[in-house]
Amino acid sequence: MPLLEVDNLKTWFHTRNGVVRAVDGVSFSVEKGQTVGIVGESGSGKSVTCYSLLGLIPMPPGRIEGGRAMFDGQDLLKLSEKQLAAIRGKRISMIFQDPMTSLNPFLRISTQLTEPLRIHEGLSKSNALEKAIAEMDAVGIPDPAKRIHSYPHEFSGGMRQRVMIAMAMITRPEILIADEPTTALDVTIQRQVLDLIKTRQEELGSAVIFITHDLAVVSEVCDFVNVMYAGRLVERAPVRDLFADPRHAYTRALQASIPALQTKGEKLYTIPGRPPDLRKEIAGCAFAPRCETETRDQCLTDRRPELTEITPGHWVQDCPGCLGPLKK
Amino acid sequence: MLRYLASRIFQGFLVLFALYTITFFLVKAMPGDPFTGEKNIPEDVKRNMREQSGLNDPLFVQYLNYPKEVLLKGSFNYSIKKRRPVVEIIAQAFPASFVLGISALIFAVMLAIPIGVISALRKNSWVDYSGMAIAMVGICVPSFVIGPLLQIGIATRVPILKIAGWDSPIDIVLPAITLGLATAAYLARLTRGGMLEILSQDYIRTARAKGLSTGRIMIVHALRGGLIPSVAFIGPAFATLISGSFIVESIFQVPGMGQHFVNAIVDRDEFLVLGLALFYGFLVVIMNLVADLLVGFLNPRVRIAELDG
Amino acid sequence: MSRVKLNHITDDDLVEGTSLGRDAWLRLRKNRVAMISLWLLTAVVILCFVVAWFCTDPNVINLTNKFASPSAEHWLGTDQLGRDLFSRILYGGQISMLVGFVATAVTLLIGISYGAVSGYMGGRPDSLLMRIVDTLYAIPFLVLVIILKVVIAGLVTDLAGWTVENFGWNKEFVFRFANIIPLFITIGALGWLTLARITRAQILSIKNQEFVEAARSLGLSDRRILFRHIVPNTVGTAIVYATLTIPSFILYEASLSYLGMGVEAPNSSWGILIKEGANFLETQPSLLIIPGLFFSVTLFSLNFLGDGLRDALDPKASKD
Repeated sequence: MPLLEVDNLKTWFHTRNGVVRAVDGVSFSVEKGQTVGIVGESGSGKSVTCYSLLGLIPMPPGRIEGGRAMFDGQDLLKLSEKQLAAIRGKRISMIFQDPMTSLNPFLRISTQLTEPLRIHEGLSKSNALEKAIAEMDAVGIPDPAKRIHSYPHEFSGGMRQRVMIAMAMITRPEILIADEPTTALDVTIQRQVLDLIKTRQEELGSAVIFITHDLAVVSEVCDFVNVMYAGRLVERAPVRDLFADPRHAYTRALQASIPALQTKGEKLYTIPGRPPDLRKEIAGCAFAPRCETETRDQCLTDRRPELTEITPGHWVQDCPGCLGPLKK
Repeated sequence: MLRYLASRIFQGFLVLFALYTITFFLVKAMPGDPFTGEKNIPEDVKRNMREQSGLNDPLFVQYLNYPKEVLLKGSFNYSIKKRRPVVEIIAQAFPASFVLGISALIFAVMLAIPIGVISALRKNSWVDYSGMAIAMVGICVPSFVIGPLLQIGIATRVPILKIAGWDSPIDIVLPAITLGLATAAYLARLTRGGMLEILSQDYIRTARAKGLSTGRIMIVHALRGGLIPSVAFIGPAFATLISGSFIVESIFQVPGMGQHFVNAIVDRDEFLVLGLALFYGFLVVIMNLVADLLVGFLNPRVRIAELDG
Repeated sequence: MSRVKLNHITDDDLVEGTSLGRDAWLRLRKNRVAMISLWLLTAVVILCFVVAWFCTDPNVINLTNKFASPSAEHWLGTDQLGRDLFSRILYGGQISMLVGFVATAVTLLIGISYGAVSGYMGGRPDSLLMRIVDTLYAIPFLVLVIILKVVIAGLVTDLAGWTVENFGWNKEFVFRFANIIPLFITIGALGWLTLARITRAQILSIKNQEFVEAARSLGLSDRRILFRHIVPNTVGTAIVYATLTIPSFILYEASLSYLGMGVEAPNSSWGILIKEGANFLETQPSLLIIPGLFFSVTLFSLNFLGDGLRDALDPKASKD
């Protein structure tokens, strides 16, 4: 049985300008110790998917319209705020995109780092502090016994993200959700942070859900990849299959737009057009307007393409238009 | 820290001197002098009194004499009209204004901070709307309407409350409410705004992701930052409250400083005007300093930048 | 507790390209409180500036008909001197609103210019100008207003007498104006501090943007860059702030009039009506309550409209 199984999750936002179907029927699962990637452009619903699991969606305007998220025999979407709070930061932790704004500038690192231990494990102040210093040491912050009493603004961006990781891992969570943890960092620091997450994950045996728009990162850290577009999953596969044999036109376009994989001197490939307006219900294939296959006019328009398993473990939206060969 | 304090105190002196300069020349520009209205005093006696008070000296000499007297002798001169030392007049009237102002501030803080916090927490709910509507009443209905309404609405019905007067501690209640309501209204709106600003920050999301309870998030993570605008506002507001409000004090017949502010100007009582303006300026400078120190205490980034810099 | 900022979904991203003004108007129209305020305000303005012309003279005294109850002749009854209350409220409203609007205009003029020059010059001149503002903040506003009013009133009365003598203008008319002009000037001259700060902050953020560089590279003069290219970009914020200062100035005027330092007879204002009404609180509370109601409703409307405008023009600043 998977550690976390999300089934047909729907999160909609009821705004003044209409209903935004941010997440519209997403299913995926996470095995123990596995690293699962969720990839997509900004606005594809990848972050909202994970926020929904932990009840971090602002309600209103957000509302979870349907689906299940089974974690250890309980449906996360049906838990009370109190029950969820007991899981958040204890069994499922989260780190965020921007370490500069994700730490409370008014509180010392010590307060923020010991908080999960004190509320979830009821540790005394001194015990928690001791553990927190050890955790800071584990994430590679020099001189932790002294620096733990600093304020966030006394740390650099990379160091703050290390603190965030320490704060998330200090309770040895079963799942760590990393929401674009390297996007806001310098390129040189990105590498270190990725390695650190990997190391801590291996030491503690946690599973990681890795949200990113960067396929290159996915290829390095993930075991399994979910590709999202316009609030839906278009393809999911083990990482090797996805890169060796991408099926959906969107996945292929994403791969083609990784700069490192393109021939030097040529114009960088970009996907034409913009993501669709999620306020309008899309009956058929959401990618059709941007699809660049020879068969693009065969894209479904009347019904939503179903996810189908084409080889064991490799699922793709069964849209005849998007599965055809690319135009030359 | 000491350097910061020293520079702030020096700045305070500059502010007070500028305040003195402006007030002095404005007072001098007013038509008439303290004796113009006195019909019963013969002209030559008036001339004598002007001479004695130094009002016949050249303007520039007068301008320099006053601060000299204040700094060297600690003398704020006499009220020409009341023929008593300015210090004595202020010392006599200040306690009532002070007690009234402090009660008004306590009332305002006790009312406004909870309303502001709860309104921010339950934004766009009926609690928020009614809280902010009450705040709007405090801003839009002037004290000279609220005061009389409280008098007929409450004082005439509750036996222990008097319509006006300043004899027993219970007499503080109605004027304090009247005086504090406008402050409470601004404070509630500021608190709500400050809390909303903080609650929309990423680190509040982090705190929720850590599994903290709403109460702990509010108290430990949000309140410190959210109250900064309110604290910055309370400083100068406090100075205004305790320096006495002519309107509220006259409605409820409180023997405070408010009456002197207006009467001194009407009477062209120069030294009393100067003394009162400087006293008020002094309170504002001190309260601003206290507020800034408090903000620095609340916000570690400011502490680093300003206090150590 | 459910405020989580989402990076991806905000209302504004979802609005298709509409012009700023149209967009703001659409947002304002959806704000029910602001719209009700707008209608109320329009009604009060029409009452005071149009309907008032068809009313009886507010200064006609009729001692045989004191404290009359509402009737067909006197819709809201009469006051302690038998004057028509309705007509007095409308004429008083004219003055109160004039003070609010004109003083705000004065404030805008001074505040924007001061803040703009300070922010644009930067460096030492800027810090000097801002120190001056800081100092003025420490001054007891009411005391200064009263002194300044007395000073200016003296000057304006002299001037008015001079015009009557030399041009033969209608004495009553001139002195009616001479009585309220000092209020415009004093309140306006002392109320610009916050606006200057706001404008300066705006200028600081705008002056380094590309279009200013572009203007500079075209060789435009500083004055032209500042007042043609930069200042127009700050006017929106300034106007929003100004909407919120109108009610506070109306309140100042009322306080001054209450203290007997505001407008004088034959002019009247809501502040004076309320003050007079308070004297007859126990026998005739309507003399306090009805003008107080008009006054408060107008202030309510202006404040809510100002809040609504701010939310509409600057969705980020509205903190929602």
